[in-house]
Amino acid sequence: MKKIMNSPDTLVAEAVEGLVISFPQYLKQVPGTHVLTRVHSKPAGRVGIVSGGGSGHEPAHAGYVGYGMLDAAVAGEVFTSPTPDQILEGIKAANHGAGVLMVVKNYTGDVMNFDIARELAEAQGIHTATVVVNDDVAVENSSFTTGRRGIAGTIFVHKIAGALAEQGASLAEVEAAANNVIAHVRSMGLALEPCTVPEAGAPTFTLADDEIEMGVGIHGEPGIERQKIRPAHELAAALLEKISGDLPLKSGDHLACIVNGLGATPLLELAGLAREVSLWTQNHGMTLDIVWTGEFMTSLEMAGASLTLLPLDESLTGLLQAPCDTPALRQGVAHD
Amino acid sequence: MTNADFRQLWLCFGQAAAQNKEELNRLDAAIGDADHGTNMDRGMQKVAEQLTSCPPPTLQATCKMVAMTLLSTVGGASGALWGSGLLAASKVFPDMDSCDDKTLAAALQTFVSSIQQRGKAVAGDKTMLDVFLPATAELSQEVDHAPAASVIPPIAAEAKQWAEATAPLLAKRGRAAYLGARSIGHIDPGATSSALWWDCLGRVMGSSK
Repeated sequence: MKKIMNSPDTLVAEAVEGLVISFPQYLKQVPGTHVLTRVHSKPAGRVGIVSGGGSGHEPAHAGYVGYGMLDAAVAGEVFTSPTPDQILEGIKAANHGAGVLMVVKNYTGDVMNFDIARELAEAQGIHTATVVVNDDVAVENSSFTTGRRGIAGTIFVHKIAGALAEQGASLAEVEAAANNVIAHVRSMGLALEPCTVPEAGAPTFTLADDEIEMGVGIHGEPGIERQKIRPAHELAAALLEKISGDLPLKSGDHLACIVNGLGATPLLELAGLAREVSLWTQNHGMTLDIVWTGEFMTSLEMAGASLTLLPLDESLTGLLQAPCDTPALRQGVAHD
Repeated sequence: MTNADFRQLWLCFGQAAAQNKEELNRLDAAIGDADHGTNMDRGMQKVAEQLTSCPPPTLQATCKMVAMTLLSTVGGASGALWGSGLLAASKVFPDMDSCDDKTLAAALQTFVSSIQQRGKAVAGDKTMLDVFLPATAELSQEVDHAPAASVIPPIAAEAKQWAEATAPLLAKRGRAAYLGARSIGHIDPGATSSALWWDCLGRVMGSSK
């Protein structure tokens, strides 16, 4: 294992400090925690939005702290949910008197730790609501299991809930809008190379030169099926057909898409993949209105990509296009 | 059980977590994300540090301290489950230096119920409960007829087998559940660390006879 770090034990703490050093115009650290909040906080009376989870998914989630998206992000150890005391600090920092929405990815640890934090926050008189993102169609949804995972579709939830909160919507309205996105957003990923958790020191699985892992999550865990590498158009079609079948999508739909790199895939390949998504949607009579291509929700240095689709209506389009100004996503912001 | 025994139990579990850190990570790499040993070890070293530097005076205080420490240092599902389970159990333990066998059994039963409630897992889901459920069920049954000091060591001796018996199970909760049928054939790391805890409880109770 080769990583630029002093020690696996201190990596997250040092990176949290490094994010503040890198983006001082956006981020400040709640002292003694791994919680990052906005430098310029929202006016009183607006709903606050908190997200977080294990580290290793950068720019998620601290990269989305800023105007139009999150109020605070809580970083756990690598691929490990943050603890309830830290999440509580995030909730307190995001509370401006109108309640706090927690955007949680559907993993057992995250759901439980955010749940304990919510109990602590309610005990301190802070109104909270929780939405759980479960956009990954690779894993089956069943009430008998943990359910689907939350992956890159989470960023659309951040954007839409964040835009509404900025407009002064109530906690119930922001929660309902977030749940509406969650009901319709779908994603699926594939890996070309595994990643190495710093503490573990070895890759979590191995792939032969011509093998890919379909249906990977964002924690270096194995996916659902091992396959042979194929041309980009076939890979795009495989992911999109699974997503499309699940929604289901139909001719005439307008879509937003995230072409998300998992950490070690060059923008060159992601751009090529974006083109395949565009061709596929055209061939199916759909229109791609919004495309975000780049690294949004990574899995350390995993090579591979995920695709996310969200069917749009006028309201969702408006909220996705609304201005935001964060370290990882800036749009529609006037420059001095 | 005395507070000194209880403290010894956690110090023993701290050593076990350190010694088995790599093994637990290896088990977790197969069906999870390779950090169960690291996370448990981080939490238990902090617990051991606290127990040595400022040992809480009663069973209840010790249990609460361990709960809060694990809750704020382990993270992930394990931190939430061990932490909130022990926090619930701390309310059953008396604010005194020792408790009788039935109270110990009741505290462990509360620990398990709290974990079931929080994690929504049942027996056979390939989780820590596959060790804790049979162990506490046996304890609750037998503690009416015999002292815990003689009942617990044989239960603890079975714990490793219960952990190993998770191998053929299909994971239904936690990150291993995403693997579906591919989770079959691997021992659950959470059940394995739970068996280490029971091994420590067996040693402590056995030596306090």
